[in-house]
Amino acid sequence: MTETATKAAPAAGPKQGTIRIKKVSHDMDVQDRMFVPAIASGLGATVRHFFKNLFGKEKYTATIQYPEQQAVYPERFRGMHRLVPREDGAPRCVACFMCQTACPARCIHIVGGETDDERIEKFPLVFEIDELRCVVCGLCVEACPCDAIRMDTGIHPKPVYEREDGDFGKNDLLGILGRHEDGSSRDKTAPPPTAAGTGRKVRAEGDRGAGGAAGGYEAPKTKGQPFGDNAY
Amino acid sequence: MDITFLWNLVTIAIMLGILVGLAGPLTWAERRQSAMIQDRIGPNRAGIDLFGRRITILGLMHPIADAIKMISKEDTMNLRVDRFLFNIAPIISLVPALVTFAVVPYGPDLVIGDYVLPLQVARVDAGVLYIFAVSSLAVFGVTLAGYASSSRLAMMGGLRASAQMISYEVAMGMSLMGLFLVYGTLEPYAMVLEQGELLWGWLPAWGIFVQPVAFVLFLTAAIAENKRIPFDLAEGESEIVGYFVEYSGMKFGMFFMAEYIEVIVIAGLTTTFFFGGWQVPYLMDAGVAGMSQAGFVFPGGATLEVGNVLATILRIGSFFVKLFFFLWFQLTLRWTLPRFRYDQVMDLGWKKLLPVSLLNLVVTAAVVLAIS
Repeated sequence: MTETATKAAPAAGPKQGTIRIKKVSHDMDVQDRMFVPAIASGLGATVRHFFKNLFGKEKYTATIQYPEQQAVYPERFRGMHRLVPREDGAPRCVACFMCQTACPARCIHIVGGETDDERIEKFPLVFEIDELRCVVCGLCVEACPCDAIRMDTGIHPKPVYEREDGDFGKNDLLGILGRHEDGSSRDKTAPPPTAAGTGRKVRAEGDRGAGGAAGGYEAPKTKGQPFGDNAY
Repeated sequence: MDITFLWNLVTIAIMLGILVGLAGPLTWAERRQSAMIQDRIGPNRAGIDLFGRRITILGLMHPIADAIKMISKEDTMNLRVDRFLFNIAPIISLVPALVTFAVVPYGPDLVIGDYVLPLQVARVDAGVLYIFAVSSLAVFGVTLAGYASSSRLAMMGGLRASAQMISYEVAMGMSLMGLFLVYGTLEPYAMVLEQGELLWGWLPAWGIFVQPVAFVLFLTAAIAENKRIPFDLAEGESEIVGYFVEYSGMKFGMFFMAEYIEVIVIAGLTTTFFFGGWQVPYLMDAGVAGMSQAGFVFPGGATLEVGNVLATILRIGSFFVKLFFFLWFQLTLRWTLPRFRYDQVMDLGWKKLLPVSLLNLVVTAAVVLAIS
């Protein structure tokens, strides 16, 4: 039951200063009071869904049975980071600190080292990403001049029991394959992905992030705190 | 020993088998069916690993898992409860639900030799009065549970529930009065026999056709009596704290079971009163229309003899088909309707159902008088 009232004199069209008010009544008419017709139409909807989901070929149900079935993420889904290796297995990263600078969460920690390779001059002694701090914004990927860091893995970081296991080191990040990479392009005989050609021994035991061997590495002292002043 | 006594034990076992055996799967059906209605899949994970395969039987292991959980759970109790009443309340709730079914006939009398074996636990002349008497006892369990818990919330829940149950009992009783007038009996088996007749030679004289208004009233009042959606103000699982909030373990489970057994009882009563009980439309006994054994007599006059054994099987099957239909219907109804406000529940009971049932009674009485 609705009714339209105008405050000013009724005119041909809406004049200035005229407010149109729609009064809506909440009184129930006889049909509403009997409940039965409304219940019948409601039953129609539930029964239709019930039988279509039970016997129909096209079901309304869109459930994904999670552990067995998994949703396919969109192509541009920003998954966990990975470091892209060069042909010799060492990371492409030249320790330019662009990603560390761009990171709003300050979760990337790089320690640069010198190399005799004249093309790159620098390489990362330490490249750590604290996936617990990461806000998955993708700015590091955009900042990288060498396409050394990507988020095309399509996976989530593994859950961890200890906070420090959320720090993924260089070897961890190098070991992750891209979404469409099958791993066959990687040279298994290449030397371990460390400071290739420098002769310097860095982190012999692998990294300490999730999946890597824990401990055994102490970050070299640099100027100031590695994560900046607002680290915690 | 007397064979009738032994047969009574058998019928009691069948009755308890139906009630208790169906209550567990009914909780599963409720969850699966609600899932189907809401475009989900529902419980399908619980199971046992056997020979390297996981046996889940469409999720039917869930009621078993629930039962194991309920029984093995710690039975916690508030220190200030009235222990005797607290312990006896779930039993008082459960027993009326269990024994109401005693007068419901789930098949025709079996005639074997000289013996007449009824498929009904008790054939008492005051059958329907027995149903009302026993089902009104359930209100004590609810009220005592609320009172004995020594919890304000449980007390309020118990009061809500008892007020609601007493209100709807009136409308429920009144709605069946018309049926007594039409069938002239209070005994469910005799009522079922009456419903085997045909109206105008083609329409089965089922309660739904004779008393359509009473059917709606009875089903509504029965669901309200059972405190299920849309009348679940007494206890609303996740939303409303109810009278068994202080209960845990199997004592809680007994309240829960009582609800589902009541669902089965309502389905059985509705079938018996309004859908011809075990009657199959047009299936007549031997001797009708010149048949030598039981068979179908169709409105045109055509007959189809099926034999007495097959007729009995068809009739028992007919009862259970109708029973399962009403189980399904009650579950569907639950997942269709939103909850009433408490004043709306009271309004519906006292200001709508009761006057309409009284009117129905008056009109029925007038019509019965005019015809006879």
